[in-house]
Amino acid sequence: MRVRAQIGMVLNLDKCIGCHTCSVTCKNVWTSRDGVEYAWFNNVETKPGTGYPTDWENQDRWNGGWERTRSGKLQPKQGSKWRILANIFANPDLPEIDDYYEPFDFDYDHLKSAPEMEAFPTARPRSKITGERMEKIHKGPNWEEILGGEFSKRSEDYNFEGIQKEIYGEYENTFMMYLPRLCEHCLNPACAASCPSGAIYKREEDGIVLIDQEKCRGWRMCVSGCPYKKIYYNWQSGKSEKCTLCYPRIESGNPTVCSETCVGRIRYLGVMLYDADKIEEAANAPAKTDLYDAQLDVFLDPNDPAVIETARADGIPEDWIKAAQESPVWKMAMDWKVAFPLHPEYRTLPMVWYIPPLSPIQNAAEAGAIGMDGAMPDVRNLRIPLKYLANMLTAGDEEPVALALERMMAMRSYMRAKTIDGVRDEAVAAKVGLNGDMIEDMYKIMALADYEDRFVIPTTHREQVEEAYDLRGGCGFTDTNGCSSGVSKGSLFGGSKKPLRMPEEVR
Amino acid sequence: MHNFLFGIYPYIALAIGIMGSIARYERDPFTWKTSSSQLLRRKQLVIGSSLFHVGVLVIFVGHFVGLLTPIWVFDALGIGHGFKQVGAVVVGGIAGIMALVGGGMLFHRRWTDPRIRNNSSFADIAILVLLLVQLVLGLLTIFASLGHLDGHEMVKFMSWAQGIFTFDGAAASYISDVALVFKLHLFLGLTIILVFPFTRLVHMLSVPVRYFTRPGYQVVRSRRSEALPQRAGPVAPGRSASK
Repeated sequence: MRVRAQIGMVLNLDKCIGCHTCSVTCKNVWTSRDGVEYAWFNNVETKPGTGYPTDWENQDRWNGGWERTRSGKLQPKQGSKWRILANIFANPDLPEIDDYYEPFDFDYDHLKSAPEMEAFPTARPRSKITGERMEKIHKGPNWEEILGGEFSKRSEDYNFEGIQKEIYGEYENTFMMYLPRLCEHCLNPACAASCPSGAIYKREEDGIVLIDQEKCRGWRMCVSGCPYKKIYYNWQSGKSEKCTLCYPRIESGNPTVCSETCVGRIRYLGVMLYDADKIEEAANAPAKTDLYDAQLDVFLDPNDPAVIETARADGIPEDWIKAAQESPVWKMAMDWKVAFPLHPEYRTLPMVWYIPPLSPIQNAAEAGAIGMDGAMPDVRNLRIPLKYLANMLTAGDEEPVALALERMMAMRSYMRAKTIDGVRDEAVAAKVGLNGDMIEDMYKIMALADYEDRFVIPTTHREQVEEAYDLRGGCGFTDTNGCSSGVSKGSLFGGSKKPLRMPEEVR
Repeated sequence: MHNFLFGIYPYIALAIGIMGSIARYERDPFTWKTSSSQLLRRKQLVIGSSLFHVGVLVIFVGHFVGLLTPIWVFDALGIGHGFKQVGAVVVGGIAGIMALVGGGMLFHRRWTDPRIRNNSSFADIAILVLLLVQLVLGLLTIFASLGHLDGHEMVKFMSWAQGIFTFDGAAASYISDVALVFKLHLFLGLTIILVFPFTRLVHMLSVPVRYFTRPGYQVVRSRRSEALPQRAGPVAPGRSASK
């Protein structure tokens, strides 16, 4: 057993209202730069839909993630190291920017500089890549917003696997949910594995996966390696970039920008202790449906004395162990089993988990006809097909998702009885394998979702690994090139430089 | 002039090429990259880039081995100069045509596609042109070589190249009577070495061979300056951690 700590995230899809505040605040902080206009470290997709980039979930097409070979070996789906290097001159699995969308801006200046005209001036789109006029915009970061576009296209959604999907194209049977996505900070990251330069690494202390920008050479194997398509090639700097889990904020105990600004309070951040020795075995589980359970086995119970003792020996700070004991992620993933990994079948052991959404009862008009399971409606009658959620969250295994949905409905039913009738209905709780206290805790964390309950983030212990005296008088953050000078103007070697421009006095 | 171009200029080119590359790697590692444009346009790149790179690599290895292997090694191995000359013409010719076709496709794509053109620096286009001209010159030397397939001209170039690396002051004189096309090819080659550190060509110095020697697939970084003590198994509860 080798104990490591990881900051994990849970998104409660039951509460996501699709407002895109997470995406916009993230973009403002991280990707409002040249070359990554098209990149959204966080994006929100409307499901069912093909997503962004189009069809990202279909690994038969993109070859992302891992595969278990016939001989039982675990290797990137793009191929072994030899295969990856053989494709280094031209990566056959790399998406083109049109698979995301061609980034554009509008000619806003025309609105104020246009001469007097008969027609009202308009701001027309212009490509950010070529600088040329775009007559028609074909795609955007959220092209299928609220089921936009025809069903025939959206239904190519990979999660319809094994579902008779035609009826969901009918207006009466349609369903919808939001899926906010960001880097999964996987325990077994396929991006890092496929980086020939070794520039992508996982941090030992908090599990955040980062790209060393000075070591990245732009071989672009990570873009195709990541099955979630959450590595973006900056077409201007020639380097790959990804979600950083806002590590400067996490290090100081603050939630990520997307979590902090989430108006629906759907995001949770907490510490998970896991056994680093078990990763390979878990990622290499023979059957795809075993992967969810295998990942649960990797996590270590932070209340187990043996785990605590080993964690201390492995250098996990005391307040991290305490945070792991109070972790909302642990509660939702392990205690209540209401949160699930996104596409565990990619074998990356992702660490951003999702609580499946409840949905209205199908054919509400025939409410009398639907199957009631005691006081609660049967989750198999919900508008969002159970199989669809299972394809997304448990590699197609419906049982765990059904139990999670039942527990969420039991929570509603229990709390309704408690607040309206003043009855603590232990029977409802027992039916889904919980008890009243657990349900009330669930209600506190999942429904009320106070700031302190959502974000249990210990600070990074730099003092254990750095000598503060040596850092005194250092140069702080620099734009590469160490501390050679303050501002370097122009580069002999052709890199475009953007000197820091200070505001100047207007004369 | 001949002595300057082939006796002194090689040292200038090599010095700038080597020192410049070290300086860039040291001072500006962020700019050390392939500058791939595949994301912006896949068309023509998959075939063009593969042909170009494979062709250029074969040519590069051929020149390196052919010019810098001491002559006595070939003699000891029993490889005749004529055989080597014919081999160089055939292998180099095929690889040269591959590289030229691939490079032509890359150039056409870079020049005509507004997405790529708009995001190309002067150096990106200039180095591609230099390489294409060099490929054409190299292929033209084949016609000159066909006139002396016994390989005696080739020995002159080997003596010259090895003379440069062994600081032989008379190196330039070994190639004073070769055909003009060879001299142009040599001069341009030296110039490419000279501009090397100022272009994207530097990415060839970071061929990721370490990928193979990296244990497993994953990379984990720690801030700790000292590794934690190795433990054979889990620590038994109740026993305090070793400190």
